[in-house]
Amino acid sequence: MKILIIAEHKNGQLSEATQELFGLPLGQAEVHAVVTGEGVEPLAGPLGQLGAAKVHLIDSPTLASGTGESLGQALGQFIPQLAPDVVLAAHTPQGKDLAPRLAAALDAALATDCVQVSCDGDQVTARRPVYAGKATAEVEFTNDSLKVITVRPRTAKSPEPDATRSAEVAPVAVELPEQKTTLKELIASDNARPDVTEASIVVTGGRSLGSAENFSIIEAFADSIGAAVGSSRAAVDAGYRPYRDQVGQTGKVVSPQVYIACGVSGAIQHLAGMRTSKHIVAINTDPDAPIFQLADYGIVGDLFEVVPQLTEAAKNRNGS
Amino acid sequence: MNIFACIKQVPDTTTRIKLRGDGNGIDEADIQWIISPHDELAIEEALRLREQRPDSTVTVLSAGPERVTDSLRMALAMGADSAVRLDLPGDADSGMNARSLAAAIGKLGPADIVFTGKEAIDDGAAAVGQALAVMLDMPSVTVVNGIDYGDGAITCRRDVGGGSIEVIETTLPAVVAAQVGLNEPRYATALNIIRAKKKPIDTLSADELGVTEANRKTRLKNFELPPPKQPCQIIEGTPADQAKKLIRVLAEEIQAI
Repeated sequence: MKILIIAEHKNGQLSEATQELFGLPLGQAEVHAVVTGEGVEPLAGPLGQLGAAKVHLIDSPTLASGTGESLGQALGQFIPQLAPDVVLAAHTPQGKDLAPRLAAALDAALATDCVQVSCDGDQVTARRPVYAGKATAEVEFTNDSLKVITVRPRTAKSPEPDATRSAEVAPVAVELPEQKTTLKELIASDNARPDVTEASIVVTGGRSLGSAENFSIIEAFADSIGAAVGSSRAAVDAGYRPYRDQVGQTGKVVSPQVYIACGVSGAIQHLAGMRTSKHIVAINTDPDAPIFQLADYGIVGDLFEVVPQLTEAAKNRNGS
Repeated sequence: MNIFACIKQVPDTTTRIKLRGDGNGIDEADIQWIISPHDELAIEEALRLREQRPDSTVTVLSAGPERVTDSLRMALAMGADSAVRLDLPGDADSGMNARSLAAAIGKLGPADIVFTGKEAIDDGAAAVGQALAVMLDMPSVTVVNGIDYGDGAITCRRDVGGGSIEVIETTLPAVVAAQVGLNEPRYATALNIIRAKKKPIDTLSADELGVTEANRKTRLKNFELPPPKQPCQIIEGTPADQAKKLIRVLAEEIQAI
């Protein structure tokens, strides 16, 4: 079996989600990686150390902006030349935009946002959440066409780089047509905190915070432990937080190591968005709130009393 | 302009998912079906664009079984000019859905712009917009929460996560996948809902669209509900005690901080 990993990178570094793909149980498969962009040659070394046998470099100024159109065209030309059985990408904003383009262009099977992927011999097994995590389902590949699979970040652990390994490096030439889409500007976030989908800890507040200003106690606690700030839909609808913080079926589906829900009762659509978190903590005045059914640790109490104490305790611990 | 909006019918977000006896799908009894929330944004954007551009029409398409007609009626009640159901099975894969939409737009178009939601909240595949664009040989921009309409081109704000935004210009025709923030979908009035009941909804068969089971590449099977959780450990004490204990758990047991 031949597997191609699409490597994502930023500021000259491989993304964490790309490194994790090498940690999937891929059996004895022959693993290739492809890197797109400008001046990407230095990434071949790290990819080799992670386990790529061969790294293909598609170097082009057009690819530097990373539009889905240009990446889709470049990889759409390259992939048939390599003829892998499986293409793997991380289910990141870039990967989720790109994978369906490739599947359509290459008449391939598509399985996105998988939370289990393994290869054994010529068998590929994938499982993905459905209904925002209210259930999971196995993806049956009904014929032997190419499989394009995106994998949810934090599904596998990145392997330790092995300095004794290196990959064969091969430049790839592609011809890109005139582009119909152009990246005009990238407006960086003014948010100093990590995004809810990327953070290893998320502290979420609900409508019981009562105002946008009161979220400052959630922010202070999140900052004391390096966490992202999440919000229930009710708090977003009430105007306390921007939509980008919304966790749930109509917001973001998150899967951090620790999820701390403060004053969130646990509407079914919210639970769907965070239930795969590794450890769940609930703080709520109502001991019958549905959030406690999912929580591993619970504090029955008023978040206005408990959360500032948590900030204090976290700061004391850091100071000690 | 010839404006299209592609929508998917999905179970309401409050649905408790029950599995079918054979485990290869969900029990659809008692499910309340809705238009997937991001697809409502697609309909709304199509309607707003029509209001800006005289002599435009909005056609709403949805692939799926007979039940999908209700969602198409809701789109008509919101103000779409016509609605067409593409008669595919409810478990068609995203490639089949995209192929049927591309074929329908080929028959009813040419399209000047096609709106979809950024993803449907049932399978969350986030695939059909991009695949459809490739099949129509159009550019596509996904996860769009703002559009400036120009002449023959549009400028989109693309939500790339963490509050960062890409500003992407694309020529038209194009496929645009809507993210929350693009607009506030209107509610259909009771009167318009009643009126929409009398409007015709055309159907294109899978045959007419050239989509068959041979186009299928994936099928979902062996559904599982999440495993039951261990009971919650309640941390007791004064707020200060509770806080110290929880921070100790985070630092020592879970080793997260």
